[in-house]
Amino acid sequence: MQDFTTAFFAAFDLVLTLDPDLMQIVGLSLLVSGAAVALSCLIGFPLGAALGAGRFPGRLPLLVLVNAAMGLPPVVVGLTLYLLLSRAGPLGPLGLLYTPAAMILAQAVLVTPIVAALTAQIVADLSEEYRDLFATMGMSRTAQAATLMWDGRFALTTAVLAGAGRALAEVGAVIIVGGNIDHVTRVMTTAIALETSRGALELALGLGLILLALSLGINAALMGMRATARRLADG
Amino acid sequence: MVESNRLTNLAHHRGAQTRPPAVRLHDIQLRRGGQPILRGLSAELGQADVSAIMGPNGAGKTQLLRLLAGLAQPDGGTVHFAWPDAPEKHRIALVFQRPVLLRRSTLGNLSHALRQYGVPRRRRLSRAMELLAFGDLTDRARTPARALSGGEQQRLALVRAMAAAPDLLLLDEPTSNLDPRSTAAIEALILRATAQGVRVILVTHDAGQARRLADDILFLHDGQVAEHSPAARFFDMPASAQAAAYLQGDLYL
Ligand SMILES: Nc1ncnc2c1ncn2[C@@H]1O[C@H](COP(=O)(O)OP(=O)(O)O)[C@@H](O)[C@H]1O
Ligand SMILES: [Mg+2]
Repeated sequence: MQDFTTAFFAAFDLVLTLDPDLMQIVGLSLLVSGAAVALSCLIGFPLGAALGAGRFPGRLPLLVLVNAAMGLPPVVVGLTLYLLLSRAGPLGPLGLLYTPAAMILAQAVLVTPIVAALTAQIVADLSEEYRDLFATMGMSRTAQAATLMWDGRFALTTAVLAGAGRALAEVGAVIIVGGNIDHVTRVMTTAIALETSRGALELALGLGLILLALSLGINAALMGMRATARRLADG
Repeated sequence: MVESNRLTNLAHHRGAQTRPPAVRLHDIQLRRGGQPILRGLSAELGQADVSAIMGPNGAGKTQLLRLLAGLAQPDGGTVHFAWPDAPEKHRIALVFQRPVLLRRSTLGNLSHALRQYGVPRRRRLSRAMELLAFGDLTDRARTPARALSGGEQQRLALVRAMAAAPDLLLLDEPTSNLDPRSTAAIEALILRATAQGVRVILVTHDAGQARRLADDILFLHDGQVAEHSPAARFFDMPASAQAAAYLQGDLYL
């Protein structure tokens, strides 16, 4: 108990003094997860829009697949990417293993299905409602998609936030493809795992506090966005 | 209403019987889910400024409007419009019974429509402002469309349809959920549209409204034309037993 209290105050101290090591880890976390989410949106938005409002063969099986992929176990994603990126693997020559780029890739694999599946749901609901209007206006498919995405903008933000939450919190994928190398690929979750196992509780707790605060912030933003989306829908 | 009656008479005077009807329907068949919805329907509509379609719930009025708007294809029969490129070229605009409004401001809804109808960007704002004024919605420009009152939403849906600069405006029970004041505003708007040369086909259950606005009444019953008469005669001396029963408020389905 004594240990815990001391560690707790030391952790606060680290956070409040903006300890450089801690800040570097937080910074890398935000960079990696931010880039992963951006990449996921780049793929997930168009994919989701096509799945939600498009008409093409294989749409339903693909939708099922994307939905199922929302629950991919991070360690399995990490392992698969590890095999692909390791020196002997097909993507080995790229030399990405144990770099932040590999971590971004891994998290993007985890987040893209979330963004795509939620986008598909949002777009499908809107499309159902707007279908007749679009038909009377004689709108092209692209014009329809643009209208659906814009009108779903607040709901879509919730998809992005859900993806960001998943990226920031996962540890299994980045620890395998990143290797948790100090000052290079160490992010909040992997640092917490390592420091805890080493007994360096203050750094682990400090990072934990920040991670918790970020998660709370993301969820608060999520609820706010949902409320905004509802208000816009109901008037 | 004195004002609008004067306008009505003016409009009727203008709507001379010399021009061809907006649409000729011949032996229209429409099925939905294996059920016949429209059964051998033939009619000429929109010769004057306003034609009304009346009939009990389920008679097929909405399905007929959807067909005219090109949202449904007939399973049999022919539809001929007075304009050869209708309904593709936005010549025909449909306002749904329950307005479908985008999750944008009033102005945003109009700009969006103008954009879809190919109005160049630099002319969109001024055209949107005209439409706002036309619908008496200028002070609602920045309000989220879905936060408007029922009457305002219906007016917005109507002026948004006008953004297409249509020749034929199809209105599905535009005042069925509105109070008398909002109803009067919609009727005034309809007359303003006809004054601009737009022909209107109006589905309504409101006999007073049909009397005030329409030249002719197409009475549908069970997917067929029970009667198509000039408005005055329809209300004074309905020719069909179904219309007579309907006007007396006898409920039948
Ligand atoms: N998609 C559909 N599938 C089956 N029946 C339908 C469908 N749409 C409408 N109907 C039926 O068609 C008939 C006419 O409907 P509608 O045109 O909406 O009537 P109304 O005159 O009240 O506007 C009704 O009996 C309705 O139940
Ligand atoms: Mg109807």
